[in-house]
Amino acid sequence: MQNNKAINFTKDWAIVIAVILLILIFTIAIPNFMQTSNILNILRSISIVTIIAVGLTVSLSANGFDLSIGSTATLANSVVVSMFVWYSMPTGVSILAALVAVVCVALFNAFLIVKVKIPDLFATLATMFIIEGLAMTYTGGGSISVGMPRLDGTPTEGTISAFFLTLSKTPWIILIMLVIVLLVHLFLTYTKHGRFIYAVGGNEEAAKLSGIPVNRYKTIAYIFSAVLAGIGGLLLASQIGSAQINAGAGYLMPAVAAAFIGQSFAGHGKPNAIGTLFGATLVGVLENGLVMLSVPYYSLNIIKGLVLALALASTYYSRKK
Amino acid sequence: MDIPKKKIEMQNITIEFPGVKALNDVDFELQLGKIQALIGANGAGKSTLMKILSGAYSHYSGSIFINGEPVKITDTKTAKKLGIDIVYQEVDTVLVPYLSVAENIMLDHLIFDKKLHFINWKTIRQEAKAVLERLGVQIDVDKKVSDISLADKQMVLIARAIVHERNYLILDEPTAPLSLTETEKLFDIVRDLAKNHNKGIVFISHRLPELYQICEKITIMKDGKVVKESDINEIEQQQVIEFMLGKSYDTAHQKKNTSVGEIIFEAKNLVDSSGLVNDVSFFVRKGEIIGLAGLVGAGKTELSKAIFGVSPLLNGEIILENRSIKNKTPHHAVRNGMGLIPEERRKEGIFVEEPIYKNLTIANISPFVNVLRFIKRKKEKVASREMIKQIGAKTPNELQKVANLSGGNQQKIAIGKWLMTDAKVLIFDEPTKGVDVGAKGEIFHLIEDLAANGKGIIYATNEINEILLITDRIYVMYDGEIVKELETKQTSEEEIMFYATGGVESAK
Repeated sequence: MQNNKAINFTKDWAIVIAVILLILIFTIAIPNFMQTSNILNILRSISIVTIIAVGLTVSLSANGFDLSIGSTATLANSVVVSMFVWYSMPTGVSILAALVAVVCVALFNAFLIVKVKIPDLFATLATMFIIEGLAMTYTGGGSISVGMPRLDGTPTEGTISAFFLTLSKTPWIILIMLVIVLLVHLFLTYTKHGRFIYAVGGNEEAAKLSGIPVNRYKTIAYIFSAVLAGIGGLLLASQIGSAQINAGAGYLMPAVAAAFIGQSFAGHGKPNAIGTLFGATLVGVLENGLVMLSVPYYSLNIIKGLVLALALASTYYSRKK
Repeated sequence: MDIPKKKIEMQNITIEFPGVKALNDVDFELQLGKIQALIGANGAGKSTLMKILSGAYSHYSGSIFINGEPVKITDTKTAKKLGIDIVYQEVDTVLVPYLSVAENIMLDHLIFDKKLHFINWKTIRQEAKAVLERLGVQIDVDKKVSDISLADKQMVLIARAIVHERNYLILDEPTAPLSLTETEKLFDIVRDLAKNHNKGIVFISHRLPELYQICEKITIMKDGKVVKESDINEIEQQQVIEFMLGKSYDTAHQKKNTSVGEIIFEAKNLVDSSGLVNDVSFFVRKGEIIGLAGLVGAGKTELSKAIFGVSPLLNGEIILENRSIKNKTPHHAVRNGMGLIPEERRKEGIFVEEPIYKNLTIANISPFVNVLRFIKRKKEKVASREMIKQIGAKTPNELQKVANLSGGNQQKIAIGKWLMTDAKVLIFDEPTKGVDVGAKGEIFHLIEDLAANGKGIIYATNEINEILLITDRIYVMYDGEIVKELETKQTSEEEIMFYATGGVESAK
């Protein structure tokens, strides 16, 4: 009995324990690992991943799976920069345009999944390529920087607003991430809509027969996932000050890892926003520490891939029993 | 033809599953060239017996002889080698939809011939064609199995058994999904197999009249035992029903007398797309419990789901409290004031990974949310505790995962969910399935209390004795239609069974 309790405790808090252990190891191995600047550095580096992963968490909660989040982030990145640079739009309009674009992606996903009944994974895989291609076509190859002419050769005078560039600076980006995690956590755990999304994810048939409009809630979940991926793309644009080829693609894998690692957090056993934050932290700390230990960046994917496999294993292996 | 000594004998067959003795000392005999009927109520053990014969269960005790030689059937491969094959009701589970008719017919050959690495398509097609011709069926052997009709799929399975020269064929409710003409065709083929090809055939069916059409002998099972064996011409339909039901009624429950009010719910000429709801009309009064009686496959579940908006209605009208309503989806049905306790509880009725209180409030959460749609958890939990008390669910508290409850208590939660709504009409589809006797009585009380509070109750089940215990009025369903309306007090199990097995008044 005592033993069982200890095992369950370890299981429920495994991520937190893992994060603490990693920090301990790195602190011993690397002298300036625990400096304030490095901690802020880690938090800043995980901000975008966390935001995108939290969106994915919502779609996972409805038993969906949004593979198109990376492309969606790229699209937001392209649209917002094009608005600033090509059309000299003010900040508000530029951001709004990007958000409208990503909501369209969500509605397209929802259409494929809810109406056409394509399984989530395949539908969003298709969307992933469509949106990737769309963003590239729109930008004429993928990149836009300040001063570059439009595709038709028209010279541009637009710049990216100082306010927009500040968003990705250090305390702000971290604050934005924390606020989003908190809001999504409140939404999923404490509101009626969150309850219904989990119900749809837990047992779609029972949810339907209980009178829950299943299709509506699936659509809402995909809107969350796309909008948060879009916000990730906006912050990315703010960080690099330009639109880049497939800028968001690299975020898909760590986001999936973070969301799956987070499932076991505090014994939830299902996708949850705070768990996802810890999942992203785990990945971020690992990456930061390994880089400081001079592991070459091109080898990092080996470690990150293994962590993802481990996270998926912990989800599916325990589910089997 | 052959000497009629060739036969399978099963002697003293007993098999147990955790908690149940499914078969108790059963003897069964099947001769070549004969068509043998096997009948019994749900759970009587006929499928279990046939599964043993076809190798699906190996942990039985007792002995099996083929032509006097003792054999041990341990798996389906052995059974097939001994010449025994079964055509299950769920034909799709044993066919490969992507492969052609020819490949499916020759499938065992493809699988079991170890020397075969290259497939000779020509031979396969020819052999498949030949066997279909022998059966007198016309199916294109090059068609994919996913593209052919259900009746044709059965033929493919029968052809598969014939092509491998299997002598004994078990047909498990083969006519259930078939139309009348398809049934006739099947009968011709089955008769031909017995008479001209000297096959021994077991024919399982719930439809009594058709057993009389096709079978020569009948074996009747009840509660894991064989209660009667006879030539079919020596026993009346009515007697068969009596043997099926036995005389052990469960009379522990006494129905309370309740007063019923005006009509609260009415279904008019309902037709659904599955074909198992065919021009169905009935009504329910306030405070009344009506029964939808019928055997498995009669269309009760389909009717329940069509009313509740799960499957689309092609025709018909639903009237609730004198108002014509349209249940486009279950969401609309719930808003219109209806509730469904579905048959597949774990799959459709509850959220096993969630705590009890979340299960209870899921159908009507609005009393527990504030303006911002945040859930008032304290209020929700207090209400859940009260509901747990009201429905008498046995659990330490409302935070328990529903997965940890017994079947009966899970069902109480599935019912309690609707007591938290103001549903006026509740549909119960096999609510006592997988529920122990004690909890069964409590569920009956719960349903009666609901009726006493003025709700209209639709109670669908194939447990005829239950329907007699709890309902006021009974509609008997057969083959997607309501064939008879009966007053519960003036009817008997035999009468209901008579209509549920396709009996018609004039024949009585």
